[in-house]
Amino acid sequence: MLRITLFTIFFLSAFNAVAENTIDKAPELKDIFYGESLFYSFQDKHFDAISKLDAELGQFYALDNPSLDPFNQQINFAEFSVGSFELAYRMHNRAGRAIKAIMESSLDQSIRNEAAYRLAQIFYRKNQAENALDILENIKGEMSEELRVDEIYLRAQVYISTGKFSEAIALLKSIEKDEKYDGFVLYNLGIAYIQNDEEIKAIAVLDEMGKMRSDERGVLALKDKANLTLASRMLEKGSPELAKQYFSRVRLNGPFADRALLGLGWVNASLGDYKKALVPWRILEKREITSESVQESMLAVPYAYGKLDYYGQAALSYGKAMDNFGSEIDRLQASIKSVREGKFLNVVLDKQSERDKNWLHNLRDKKDTPETRYILSLMASNDFQQSLQNYRDLAELRTRLAYWLTSLDVYVELINIRREYYEPLLPVVEKQFKKLDARIRVRMSQRDRLDQRLKSMVIARRPDYLATAEERGIQDRLAKVELYLSSNPQHYSAEIRQRIARLKGVLHWQINNSYHERLTKAYKEMQTLDVYITNLNKAYRSFVRTRQAATQSYEGYDITIRRLKTKIQADQIKVDGIMARQGRLIEALAVNELERRRNQLEEYQIKARFALAESYDRATKKQQKDEEEKILQKLEQNKMLEQTESVGDESIEGESVKNDNAEEVSPLQEADQ
Amino acid sequence: MRKLISYFLMALFMVSFNLLAADVTKEQIRGLDEQVQDIKKDVIDLTAELLQLEEKLLFPSNSQVALFVSLADSENLRLDSIQIKLENKVLAYHLYTFRELEAMQNGGVQKIYTGNIRTGDHKLVVSYTAKASSGGEMKRSSSYTLKKEVGPRFVEIKIGGPDAGEQGLEFKDW
Repeated sequence: MLRITLFTIFFLSAFNAVAENTIDKAPELKDIFYGESLFYSFQDKHFDAISKLDAELGQFYALDNPSLDPFNQQINFAEFSVGSFELAYRMHNRAGRAIKAIMESSLDQSIRNEAAYRLAQIFYRKNQAENALDILENIKGEMSEELRVDEIYLRAQVYISTGKFSEAIALLKSIEKDEKYDGFVLYNLGIAYIQNDEEIKAIAVLDEMGKMRSDERGVLALKDKANLTLASRMLEKGSPELAKQYFSRVRLNGPFADRALLGLGWVNASLGDYKKALVPWRILEKREITSESVQESMLAVPYAYGKLDYYGQAALSYGKAMDNFGSEIDRLQASIKSVREGKFLNVVLDKQSERDKNWLHNLRDKKDTPETRYILSLMASNDFQQSLQNYRDLAELRTRLAYWLTSLDVYVELINIRREYYEPLLPVVEKQFKKLDARIRVRMSQRDRLDQRLKSMVIARRPDYLATAEERGIQDRLAKVELYLSSNPQHYSAEIRQRIARLKGVLHWQINNSYHERLTKAYKEMQTLDVYITNLNKAYRSFVRTRQAATQSYEGYDITIRRLKTKIQADQIKVDGIMARQGRLIEALAVNELERRRNQLEEYQIKARFALAESYDRATKKQQKDEEEKILQKLEQNKMLEQTESVGDESIEGESVKNDNAEEVSPLQEADQ
Repeated sequence: MRKLISYFLMALFMVSFNLLAADVTKEQIRGLDEQVQDIKKDVIDLTAELLQLEEKLLFPSNSQVALFVSLADSENLRLDSIQIKLENKVLAYHLYTFRELEAMQNGGVQKIYTGNIRTGDHKLVVSYTAKASSGGEMKRSSSYTLKKEVGPRFVEIKIGGPDAGEQGLEFKDW
């Protein structure tokens, strides 16, 4: 039963080397705004990254024909990126839905495989291994080379969780030599062997892991853990000598050093060698007092002294331990009070830590949060970290909502200023515009008529269309003269008729003779006119846009701003409520842990008190026994003296008494010696 | 003694097991997490809408101009600062933090300026200081004519690109 419990714990605390945000390098950009969202994402500003990319994707899908947009070439990667950012921002539900949509699409199989891998990863992280396995079954064909090892590693982890140990072993063995998961594969392989009841292989693999050379902090910690696992396994099997070897391999500056020192002491104790047990325990008791192992060593050290019959020293150590436990209980009590007063949450929201990537890790070194040292193991747990991150995220949301609410007020003011400026101005502008607009329309229709004439002259020759104004005036005058003469024939002489005919002939000759030059000139002038018309149209459109922009700069916002303001206020209430609940939960978790440690220390204190009393008892009993022995010895000596009185030498007797006095040593002094 | 060792073994590995006391359950943590995810989604959607409103109000499309900065040859350059002038007026000045630089080296693009300008040609002068791979300090400057037409204008200023020329600056209209 113990074994099953231990292995379950091993598995629960299995190492995961995969980072959440899987996008660590930008592809060649097809959209500048996508690059902008990556800029935020690479700085862990996931909120900005998601909202920017969401907006960009929204605009892309709103296009009439998105496939023509260059962003289309990168759309799958962008969709993945949103999912990845959402994962990093701990929005698993939304990320899962987005990725599932890709998986069920008709996209390329390699893309769907990648989507399946990412989704399975989400399920696995949420401790839903069965669902992860179902998703992994959807992967068909080859995975892309860069994800091949990741997929195998994930699949192996899922197999371990679902009890398919043989399959997990086969997969882990296939990537054993791959450097990407160096150490992690070996450790998980060892765990899989243990689960599969292949004890010898498990020990061999974990032994190999325990001797691994690496500079990676994670791998070194894993190496220590493997040695600790093996040591406890050996202890359990009744092989303390082997256990000693494994405990000794654990680094003294690693995260498992305290447990290893404590364990090493207990191994020696189990072998009855209390002097050797004291060596690691004495080292341990000088370490950071908030460690559970260190606190346990404070009881273990006097226990060993007691076993060695150094009752005096044992009593002193118990006394010291009681003092330490007492002051630590006071400290814990103060910490519980501090957490309940909200000081811990204030530190979580500390502005300085916003820029610190390792803020959670560095929290324990803050002077104003002594409690954090006592909740290190709690802080290492996924749930607690997630709760802390959520609390910080909620605080960030609260700040953003407050910013937007202030901004909306500013926008309302801005709109009012614009309205005050434009409203009296626009009707005057509008009046002038209407006049100009009418004139422009007349000119435009004139231009169109001229254009039509020119076009018709290409088909049929019409020299009269190209007569100058002067020529047209002469034609008119001649027509008038003719009209006059027809109604007054007495003035119509042959000479006049001839002169009119000659003038008309000259005019006709003039117009017809220069027809081609005139036509060419007309075309050129039309082209020049078109340049002016184009500029006019440009100015016209620009004016229309400016007028429209001026109107739009203050009209049509009232309802939107009111709606958004209401939404912000509603969200603020929601955020405040959830944040308060999240804060209470964090405090409850912290206080529970601190209380657990305080109760443990109180228990230790009681044990130490009883043990101290027992040590004094034993010391007293030993003293009594010694005195009794001395009395018996004296009696014996007296008896012997009496027997030898007749032949005895007084000087020898005196020396003997002197020697007895020299042997009178107190148990405390004895322990010191 | 056997009992003692068993106790030790349990103590050795049970540390992480007692994290959740009876009054805080896994379900509570999960339930709260779901609520946090929901509110995050709400605020993200709201922000997207607010950003659009802000853009429409402050940077209408007919006058909008946005300038972006990116790094091309990321390996050999440590960008310290950048200054952008438009018609001899300083538009933007930025000192880079390590994380910003790292983000740009990975291919992220910084939007350094968004504003409004008239249609027509405008002279843009970009100057930057950086540390070269040799350790020496570099100061470079280059100009570009920004042709603003009716629609919004987006210009990418790429530092250290293959076509960047002597001054190590390349401009691209998007």
